[in-house]
Amino acid sequence: MSTALEIRNLSKTYSGGVEALRGVDLDVEEGDFHALLGPNGAGKSTLIGILTNLVRPTAGEIRVFGVDARAHPERARTLMGVVPQEFNFNVFEKALEILVFQAGLYGIPRTRALPRAQELLERLGLGDQMHQIARHLSGGMKRRLMVARALVNSPRLLILDEPTAGVDIELRRGLWEILTELNQKGTTIILTTHYLEEAEQLCRNLAIIDHGRILEQGPIQDLVRRLEVQTFVLDLAAPATGKELPAAFQVRRIDPERLEIDVPGGLTLNQVFAALEACGLEVISLRNKSNRLEELFVHLVGRGRP
Amino acid sequence: MNAHGLWIALATLLHREVGRFLRIWMQTLLPPVITMSIYFVVFGSLLGSRIQRIDGFSYIEFIVPGLVMMSVITNSFSNVASSFFNARFQRSVEELQVAPLPDWIMVAGYVGGGMLRGILVGFLVLLVSLAFHPVRFHNLPIVLAFLVLTSLVFALAGFSNALIARRFDDISIVPTFILTPLTYFGGVFYSISLLPPFWRGLSRLNPILYMVNGFRFGFLGASDIPTWIGLATLIGLAAGLVALNLGMLARGVGLRT
Repeated sequence: MSTALEIRNLSKTYSGGVEALRGVDLDVEEGDFHALLGPNGAGKSTLIGILTNLVRPTAGEIRVFGVDARAHPERARTLMGVVPQEFNFNVFEKALEILVFQAGLYGIPRTRALPRAQELLERLGLGDQMHQIARHLSGGMKRRLMVARALVNSPRLLILDEPTAGVDIELRRGLWEILTELNQKGTTIILTTHYLEEAEQLCRNLAIIDHGRILEQGPIQDLVRRLEVQTFVLDLAAPATGKELPAAFQVRRIDPERLEIDVPGGLTLNQVFAALEACGLEVISLRNKSNRLEELFVHLVGRGRP
Repeated sequence: MNAHGLWIALATLLHREVGRFLRIWMQTLLPPVITMSIYFVVFGSLLGSRIQRIDGFSYIEFIVPGLVMMSVITNSFSNVASSFFNARFQRSVEELQVAPLPDWIMVAGYVGGGMLRGILVGFLVLLVSLAFHPVRFHNLPIVLAFLVLTSLVFALAGFSNALIARRFDDISIVPTFILTPLTYFGGVFYSISLLPPFWRGLSRLNPILYMVNGFRFGFLGASDIPTWIGLATLIGLAAGLVALNLGMLARGVGLRT
């Protein structure tokens, strides 16, 4: 399998002296669903801005499916589609025309672009809004319109910058389905998001960026396994009032029927249940106190801060 | 992208630009035609009959080419300046930036749209002028050459303005404080032969003088300036502005941080 995106030693210093990227190295394999996470101001938008020709890099190399994006920017751009964070279409144009226009800029003639645009709008649930002026669309519709627009040139690499920000849960899940389907059909996807459960649910690999540096990258499952402690919230069948709590674990009472338990890495949930049973505590449900990826994220980003 | 793809991209951009100014014709085509009609009535019919002939031509006959040129200049410029700055402001220019387009397509698309509006408005103003005086062409190729080159120069200048503008105010500064005075002092309403030597010499520094006089020569066969100087000035300005715009785009001015 080839590499969809290869970034080497990418740096960006803005004219004011702000170092947004400090030697970023990143590899995204073809067919991957890759998350790019980081707190606000970490360098994500600068990185995506460079990939999409909106920001000029100070130094470094970028290859898109082997094409040197700095030497042959136009060839590299034919392979990509971008869903930006902010709405950036002409709000006075009709939805269908926005897609046909974008297709034209990729050299796709109107006769081919029109059925493709119609198909994409139908697929994204905008079939009834095709001839609607874009500024009359709801926020969720506008976001789906941007996804449809990014797909009009059938990109091999799709970059989405917080595509579900401010979107209701139903729409978010709809977009997840579409993105999963695209990825299963072979489109490589890079996603930035602040919803870590979204990244954990959709992506196989991730990179965490902070202060312009990649702190960690690799398969999500491998990274979350490295968590030293996981905290679970347990719902009990009966109040634990007056009962002894397992001494082998850090356990805190939230209320009579709920406990919070820290499980160190290396121990299994079977061991937890055995200890609870020995104390006469019956568990009816449990959940992670916080998303595992969120714990990893907070751990890594927190470690990098003064 | 191959040549066919580039042609489709250029045609796409042109199609949108032309569609835009045709769709809002009440704002783009009608006002200049009405303004120029008023000029024809006031300066041509009402005052013109009391003004003596210039270079052997009636006053209305003398000012028609200049007023057509004035329309071409302002419309070519403002079409590109407002459309491109609006695309920057709305960020829809990013649609072009992410696409696999060389910079010259962006320039050609917007400038082509501005030229077409300038030429169309010029044609409409010329049509209106027929109600006041018949038009005669002394040299049609010269008329067409000045029409196309002038619209090109000012559409390119509109692009430069839109690229460096930071606010909407910045795209009205050039038409208000530079284009309008230069046009009025560019020989639209008078022949510089009527001016004292100092002002005549100063007028020769005004590039619009060369455009207006060259264009007028195409209609009337009379000009204050040799036609070849006008053509050379326009070609030089166009080449300089193309280089300026492409240079700014390559450096990311106004578009890339």
